[in-house]
Amino acid sequence: MKVSYYPGCTLKNNAKNFEDSTICSLNKLGIQVEELPRWNCCGTVFSLATDDLIHHLAPIRNLIRTKETDSDSLMTLCAMCFNTLKRANERVKSDPESLDKINTFMYRENIKYEGDVKVLHLLELLRDEIKFEAIAQQIVKPLKGLKVANYYGCLLVRPKEIGLDDVENPTILETLTTVLGGDPIDFPYKTECCASYQTVDKPEIVAERTYHILTSAQSQGADVVTVSCPLCAFNLDHRQKETIKQYPEFKNIPILYFTQLLAIALGCPEDTLRFDLHYVDPKPILKEKGLI
Amino acid sequence: MRINLSKKKIEDPFIAKVEELSNQNLLACYQCGKCSAGCPAVSQMDILPNQIIRYAQLGLKDDLLKSKSIWICASCFTCNARCPKGINIAEVIEALRQILLRNREDHVKVEKLTDSEKGDVPPIAIISNLRKFTS
Repeated sequence: MKVSYYPGCTLKNNAKNFEDSTICSLNKLGIQVEELPRWNCCGTVFSLATDDLIHHLAPIRNLIRTKETDSDSLMTLCAMCFNTLKRANERVKSDPESLDKINTFMYRENIKYEGDVKVLHLLELLRDEIKFEAIAQQIVKPLKGLKVANYYGCLLVRPKEIGLDDVENPTILETLTTVLGGDPIDFPYKTECCASYQTVDKPEIVAERTYHILTSAQSQGADVVTVSCPLCAFNLDHRQKETIKQYPEFKNIPILYFTQLLAIALGCPEDTLRFDLHYVDPKPILKEKGLI
Repeated sequence: MRINLSKKKIEDPFIAKVEELSNQNLLACYQCGKCSAGCPAVSQMDILPNQIIRYAQLGLKDDLLKSKSIWICASCFTCNARCPKGINIAEVIEALRQILLRNREDHVKVEKLTDSEKGDVPPIAIISNLRKFTS
């Protein structure tokens, strides 16, 4: 099976660990990942104002690029890209007048967009197409004894019209953790916002959220916290530096992309995990559990 | 807190503008407070999400446009998911930000960001911050 892949801005630098671990894992599962040629930034946030059509152009252009490769679906890893691409797609599908205006604006594109590309998150590909049962059969290194708190954040599950699981209590990552042989830990902050882009001009707010989210996971016994968004990853991992300054009693905890755990369980080499990009080093706990 | 109501404020085109930009019916709100109860940002807010809707119904334009809250909201959509009347509160708050941004009143001044504020964060943070906080 081949999948068209949209990386987005941060997967090529700060979140290379997310990309490399995903590509290795999908290759192990027999999937050929084909990166979209000439992709452009999705804009990172879906435009909420009703009259703001211009900002839907960037995501829709990527869907046109997908059609140019004769593919009818586009997979992405980043929760923000997923949300922006999928919401823009749903918006134009339900509003032909807006779609018409957007197509007219992009008159130099060879293909007219008709709302006919499906936007998929990697988790949906794993659950609905590859299937968790098939993944279970490929596990070479079960995550035995690793207590994993899965953090969903906002944009994988909200709004519910585009979310990939239950809006209040998603469980897809806990199911996947069990498939990989780990112990999922439930905690009440798993869909609580990390304060997102406030990290640029108000990092102290992010540090406060990080403190509450991570201490909640720690109170339930988590060894690691997983994420599926490069911005959540930055806030929960790198902002632990600021968190300790604001809350001296805070103890560091490693943050991993869920795909890094998938890659470990599927036997991917350690260089695809790119631990050099982390602030809190995940190696000690993974070594202790015999996983690396 | 003292709030001054007037016929003039209630008839201000500001209310229609907020409803148009957000595509929401402000009068659907019956002040149950569920949006504020679930909002992760209320500790930093001066006007709570349910109060934002009430202020908007009453045309309290100046109080809303100078509030800290509209820049604290990070559009996490928890309020939208929980509103029993189906109001998208996050879209109403976006409309308030847009009213200021469209008058070139940027919340974040790009030229004032330090090298470390710009350089230490990933591209996704800079792009989303500037998309939400600048015109």
